[in-house]
Amino acid sequence: MGASTGTGDLSRRDFLGAAAVLGTASALVLMLPLRVRAAPGGATELNAWLRIAPDETITILVDRSEMGQGVYTALPMLIAEELEVRLAAIQIVAAPVGDAYFNPGNDGQITGTSNSVQDAWVKLRTAGAQARTMLISAAATSWGVDPDECVAKDGVISNRAGDRLTYGAVAARAARLPVPQRVALKPSKDFVLVGRDLPRTDTPAKVDGSAEFGIDVRLPGMLYGAFAQSPVLGGWPDSVDALAAAKLPGVRLVLPLDSGVLVVADHYWQALAARKALNVDWNSGPNAALDNATITALLRHAAADDPGLAARTDGDADAALRGAVRTHSARYELPLLAHATMEPMNCTADVHADGCDLYVGTQVQQLAQAAAAPAAGLPPDRVRVHTTFLGGGFGRRLEVDFIPAAVAGSKALGRPVQVIWTREDDMTHDTYRPPALEDISAGFDAAGRLSAWKLHIVSPSITARMLPPVVGVDPSVVEAALNFPYDVPNVSIRYTRQEIGIDVGYMRSVSHAINCFVIESFIDELAAFAGKNPYDFRIGMLGKHPRHRRVLEAAARLAGWGKPAPGRHLGLALMQGYSSLIAEVAEISIEGGSPKIHRIVCAVDCGQMVNPRIVESQIESGIVFGLTAALWGKVTIARGVVQQTNFDAYRVLRVNEMPDIQVRLLPSDAAPGGIGELSVALVAPAVCNAVFAATGRRLRSLPIDATRL
Amino acid sequence: MIRINVNGRAIEVDAAPDTPLLWVLRDHLGLPGTKYGCGRALCGACTVHLDGAAVRSCSLPIADLADRRVTTIEGLSVDRTHPVQRAWIELDVPQCGYCQSGQIMSAAALLRSNPHPSDSDIDAAMSGNICRCGTYSRIRRAIHRAAEMLGAGA
Ligand code: FES
Ligand code: FES
Repeated sequence: MGASTGTGDLSRRDFLGAAAVLGTASALVLMLPLRVRAAPGGATELNAWLRIAPDETITILVDRSEMGQGVYTALPMLIAEELEVRLAAIQIVAAPVGDAYFNPGNDGQITGTSNSVQDAWVKLRTAGAQARTMLISAAATSWGVDPDECVAKDGVISNRAGDRLTYGAVAARAARLPVPQRVALKPSKDFVLVGRDLPRTDTPAKVDGSAEFGIDVRLPGMLYGAFAQSPVLGGWPDSVDALAAAKLPGVRLVLPLDSGVLVVADHYWQALAARKALNVDWNSGPNAALDNATITALLRHAAADDPGLAARTDGDADAALRGAVRTHSARYELPLLAHATMEPMNCTADVHADGCDLYVGTQVQQLAQAAAAPAAGLPPDRVRVHTTFLGGGFGRRLEVDFIPAAVAGSKALGRPVQVIWTREDDMTHDTYRPPALEDISAGFDAAGRLSAWKLHIVSPSITARMLPPVVGVDPSVVEAALNFPYDVPNVSIRYTRQEIGIDVGYMRSVSHAINCFVIESFIDELAAFAGKNPYDFRIGMLGKHPRHRRVLEAAARLAGWGKPAPGRHLGLALMQGYSSLIAEVAEISIEGGSPKIHRIVCAVDCGQMVNPRIVESQIESGIVFGLTAALWGKVTIARGVVQQTNFDAYRVLRVNEMPDIQVRLLPSDAAPGGIGELSVALVAPAVCNAVFAATGRRLRSLPIDATRL
Repeated sequence: MIRINVNGRAIEVDAAPDTPLLWVLRDHLGLPGTKYGCGRALCGACTVHLDGAAVRSCSLPIADLADRRVTTIEGLSVDRTHPVQRAWIELDVPQCGYCQSGQIMSAAALLRSNPHPSDSDIDAAMSGNICRCGTYSRIRRAIHRAAEMLGAGA
């Protein structure tokens, strides 16, 4: 939390030392960055998310990062619903680091695991209702009437006598009232905003170039940095000859750091030129011989040598396999993937006498602060984090590896420094989606029922690196596998951790994508093995799961399951994840030995929706992301060096390759589930199951394009 | 010093001759709406108009642009009223938004040369613009919508 009341540089950025925050256990003093101009002086904080000014400007602080998933719209809608104001009347700013913004589901101020709305659903409506109650009380007191005789609408409170007071007029008095501990929230039938397709608040700024991403931050006197890193992952500079680089035009600084060499110049192009002129003696470190074959061998050995730790045990799968009438086994292997956000990693730091201001597109405000502090030589609470728009997150911006160099550069020069990674830097120094090997076996009993399911997952642990210490099973590795919904009496899911020498990271849908590819492909294998239709086979094992059944039925109906058009083939897949349910059907044909994807149909039950249009966008977005991974996604490593450097070798889906996508959002009264990552995981199994329907070939590794059909 | 015209203003730029237009716009001229995505004409994030045609500014050295006319997203309209921008707002096209300046500039150039593009015209004109957030189907619909607006004389 930025507790300092130092003004930093008022001429540069407007800051407001806010009043005490109500509604939390301890009073917090927050430094609020006003990204949106015209926030007047004298604004009152009603709680950690809401500020109202005398001129009626209502500002909502959003404590999750906007990376396209719509939190700058959905979260304000929750507050506005209970505050009785229109969404269009609100200004949105990014929240600073603060205790109030802790996300219990992620154990930090973290935007991830698709849980922003789940976390905010009650919390922000309550905050809105508390503020409304306090505003009404303040107005009622000034009129000398009972608050129950007053109503609030569109930011105005009125009473039976026809008197009116605006929120701006009573906000300062309201903030001094006690926060009501019990407020009644509207039943969903009374919602006027929640559940409606309201326009996104960030769209206007994203169509005229004014939306400020991290790479767009401009500060007076700011310099630009390029960062040279070891070509071999995990290497470091042994020595640097900077003589030639330092003589180039505009160069201000060459700074060797632990993980690389920073070059700062007046302009970014000059910094890049100077970086090329550096003569660095790189120590390749332990990964000098690393390649894909080494990684595959590591995982295969681990699969053979280690039975793994139990993650879920129902009955006795080993005994059931021994007693089975028929068994079937397979091995699946998945590659490393790169996040490839459209905006490459970057960070702007301004280290000055009053602390450090950090301008960064991050999903982890506290970790960003903690990463900057040692580089600035300051305690963390002297680092103020200003979260910009993120040009894609996908989990890459859960990492903070791109932050310290900017801080070190700014500290050395006493001026703001923006460090930008090139696309090549970004592609070759990602924290890649981990590779995985999964061995899977199943058995049928004498009655022909599936009696045993045994899954052994072998993969590195992201969580153990990022949030140590992880003891036992890393929950993020076994997610989705643990939700195995099919009616099988004996289930064993085990995990063996095998590191591969390089850092791996969370990537959109994380292990859902890995595990659902295996589970939903193998269920299809078993259907074929049992001579059953893949749809009927699944439905027959979902007796205890009506929500699963419903999405599967809806997707199959929409896709015309069982009667594909001539030359077309269908494959389906089902998942429970992020407290939501989803089923997808891929419709493909085979052309020239490759699958052509014509249509992806999808049915979703994500509980109550705040903004269905954003949900639909996210589902589509995830399908495109999943399709890219399924068709072409693969990072290869030779002698420790990543071979894909840009969008030519790391192919991503383009508009001309876009299939028809049909999304059916099912009505539901359940609590909201996540939607940002939900649809990614099922694309690969749905497409591969369609490939099997078309060709009889079972694909047990990805990407598909590496295989000629 | 190289003289170019950006968004209707004549400007003298003091940059190394090999500096790509992209970085001149972003670093020298304070126009960061044009984005860096790949630096190699592979992604379209840096698309601007050069004498009315869509080009990738990351791959155009400033020295080659003397006296040419450049339009960036900031100069497409002063108030988001270009039909492409209006259609983008109506359909809520952007997600993260990072690619969208480039998408919009490509779409605007397409509609200028072809006021009624078919889906395959859109594929041809827009396949150089990557959207990692996968907004493609809304981009397609928004281009058709903008064509309607143009046809209606809007
Ligand atoms: S940055 Fe110019 S095409 Fe990618
Ligand atoms: S909107 Fe994010 S890359 Fe296109």
